[in-house]
Amino acid sequence: MLPRALLPAFTAALVLFTATACGRKEPAPTGGPAPKILLFGNGAEPQDLDPQTVTGVPENKLLNAFFEGLVSYGPTANDTVGGVAERWDISADGTVYNFHLRAEAKWSNGDPVTAQDFARSYQRILTPSLGAEYAYKFAPVIGAEDYQRGTLTDFSQVGIKALDARTLEIRLKHPVPYLLEAMKHYAWFPVHIASVEQHGGLTSRGKAWTRVENFVGNGPFVLKSWRPNQVIVAERSSTYWDRAAVKLDAIHFFPTENLDTEERMFRTGQLHKTYELPAAKIDVYQRDFPDSYRSDVYYGSYYFRFNVTRKPLDDVRVRRALSLAIDRESLARNVVRGGQQPAYGMTPPTEKYTARARLTGDLTEARRLLAEAGFPEGRGFPRIELLYNTQDNHRRVCEALQEMWRQNLGIEVGLINQEWKVYLRSMDTLDYDMARGGWIGDYNDPNSFYDTFVTGGGNNRTGWSNARYDQLLRDTGRAPDETARMELYQQMEEIIVQELPIMPVYFYRKVYALSPLVHWPANPLDNQNWKFVHFKE
Amino acid sequence: MLRFVLRRLLQTIPVLFIIVTATFFMVRFVPGGPFTAEKAIPPEILRNIEAHYGLDQPLWRQYLSYLGQVLQGDLGPSFKYSNRTVNEIIADKLPVSLELGGLALAVALVVGLSLGVLAAVRRNTWLDYVASTTGLLGICVPTFVLGPLLVLFFAIHLGWFNASGWFTPADRVLPSLTLGFVYAAYIMRLTRGGMLEVLNQDFIRTARAKGATEGRIVFRHALRGGLLPVVAFLGPGVAGILTGSFVIETIFQIPGLGREFVNSAFNRDYTLVLGTVILYASLIVICNLVVDVVQVWLNPRLKFE
Repeated sequence: MLPRALLPAFTAALVLFTATACGRKEPAPTGGPAPKILLFGNGAEPQDLDPQTVTGVPENKLLNAFFEGLVSYGPTANDTVGGVAERWDISADGTVYNFHLRAEAKWSNGDPVTAQDFARSYQRILTPSLGAEYAYKFAPVIGAEDYQRGTLTDFSQVGIKALDARTLEIRLKHPVPYLLEAMKHYAWFPVHIASVEQHGGLTSRGKAWTRVENFVGNGPFVLKSWRPNQVIVAERSSTYWDRAAVKLDAIHFFPTENLDTEERMFRTGQLHKTYELPAAKIDVYQRDFPDSYRSDVYYGSYYFRFNVTRKPLDDVRVRRALSLAIDRESLARNVVRGGQQPAYGMTPPTEKYTARARLTGDLTEARRLLAEAGFPEGRGFPRIELLYNTQDNHRRVCEALQEMWRQNLGIEVGLINQEWKVYLRSMDTLDYDMARGGWIGDYNDPNSFYDTFVTGGGNNRTGWSNARYDQLLRDTGRAPDETARMELYQQMEEIIVQELPIMPVYFYRKVYALSPLVHWPANPLDNQNWKFVHFKE
Repeated sequence: MLRFVLRRLLQTIPVLFIIVTATFFMVRFVPGGPFTAEKAIPPEILRNIEAHYGLDQPLWRQYLSYLGQVLQGDLGPSFKYSNRTVNEIIADKLPVSLELGGLALAVALVVGLSLGVLAAVRRNTWLDYVASTTGLLGICVPTFVLGPLLVLFFAIHLGWFNASGWFTPADRVLPSLTLGFVYAAYIMRLTRGGMLEVLNQDFIRTARAKGATEGRIVFRHALRGGLLPVVAFLGPGVAGILTGSFVIETIFQIPGLGREFVNSAFNRDYTLVLGTVILYASLIVICNLVVDVVQVWLNPRLKFE
């Protein structure tokens, strides 16, 4: 009978279709010598292109193409090179910086970039009505916080002054040895004041100056087109002072929120670089496409917060027992699988600083501590919940932890999964027992991590407080030299490792697919000075 | 009929009012706000941002102010995309969703109706089995499986299409097929069922006895009645298909309104959530109205009530 004959044929066709569709296929990146257009997976659609009101990583990539601050990222990992400033002087006490601007620095409309542009831009970001979320990055500058809060209205009292068209002076409350590192952040970028004024005014958010037809920047690339949720096209600027060093003709930024879609785009040559790789594809790329697989150091920690205001987690012995009873090596190797380094402390190691203190102990110690806290072999241990935000990777890590604690300590830990903003709200209100967390350094300095756990800090979110820790953090601002400052951080790390407001799990890596045609300098902050990105000859 | 249509259109006003009111308060009571962020915002900065968007006002005042704005056709600024208004976002994204939906609807109707008619007319033959199996597959295989499968085969393996995007006419093919296929499956099954029911009725036997040709019986007598269940399905179906599909738009990276709608809820972009809800509610109301009119036209025994 025909129908019966047809069913196997149908099944065979389906199987054949699926088999061929899933077959191995080399990524086929396109591009090359002419024109040199980089096709770049940029994660999410940017909120806006105003460096003084946006927050976020996708925005960061774009703003680094369209703007340039006083200093910038260099060609290798942690370099700091001059941006608009060709040089700078720092006073002997480390509190006064004089930046000397390049004569040839220009905006994309041909106007010169002046010290007044910087001063007025910094005044703009500190203006209360703008509501700039990153205004706090200017906190070390004299008067900046007061101006931002509205308690100081005379900007001339703020430690930012254009001494002349090409000299900008910045006065600090205390020495900030990592200031130049921090100034690479886009909050410190200038905006073209005349354009901003013309299209909506300086002191209010969400105006039309960032639209393609009105946009003026000073970076190596200019905004050519912006099709929301499709592509943002950046073309090489003809007015950028170092245009000869810019190797790419254009960058096409694709918003690629879905990692699987993005990976398929890479395989069809629609992208030269993905934002990330889906965890499920890591093994495939390592095995089949090693030339396209990249796993770079990323300056961040993945950890779990303890709510130290809740029992039994208010007992450091319990926190230590939980922290010692997990197998970080196995988690990194078998669950996360991107070459992540198991973490036994909070702060990721760098060339500049490696924390001495380290969580040490074994399973026997963990069991002993738990018994000492009143829960021998886990008996009587109240059920606690592990909170994480919706993401596959977090779920898998949490499930593995749950199993490790069950096996090693005999305790039951529940899992709660919340949507992103609900999860943030739960952390803010301390409505959790343990919660997944993480921190990526804003700048290449351990301060970026230690600052997080200051008493009452908005990013602390554990209820933990330690007066000595807070004092040490304050002392770092007065440390006589870098060695002394790093020593203070070492002591802070010791406190963290002893008291464990968090349970460190691993140090991040940035795992992505990159066309072998592209030279992409790795950077622990995953920030690029786009002029150092190019197609290989 | 005009009175019927006008009356129904007037009825939409309280419906939309209730929907807007319920949505307005529901989104405000969801934990987390538009500016809740991983890196904490200092409280004084947060207050300034909220003041800019009027979120520092009492809720009832925000509500009244929003209603006043909406009555003037202004859906407000997006909280997430700060240099765009909700009106602009909808004007930008809706045509994309309509285009995708229109193409998918065409696929669904052509494939679904022809397979459905064929299956009913050739009942219990291999044609019927093929059509029914296809229909079953379309219903069982979710779009998030079918879409990537089509991409793997036609984009990655054969290299005929891009894996995603909405740039060239060819970029329309795979998403339209994926979205259309699911609806085609439903339409096929409904058409088949409806046609079979009509084909078994007495007037068809009478027509056959009078010597009407098979083509005339199918297309003149049976199809009109057989399409009734399809038309009823198309009301909400068309609204859904035209306003896009979050899954399809995500898989194929299509800048449509469906994705914006879902993301706006995740972002707590209050005004964008409300704007898209108003639009979707209006579309559903209009589609259902059109369906009612078409149903009466197809079946004169029904009356405009």
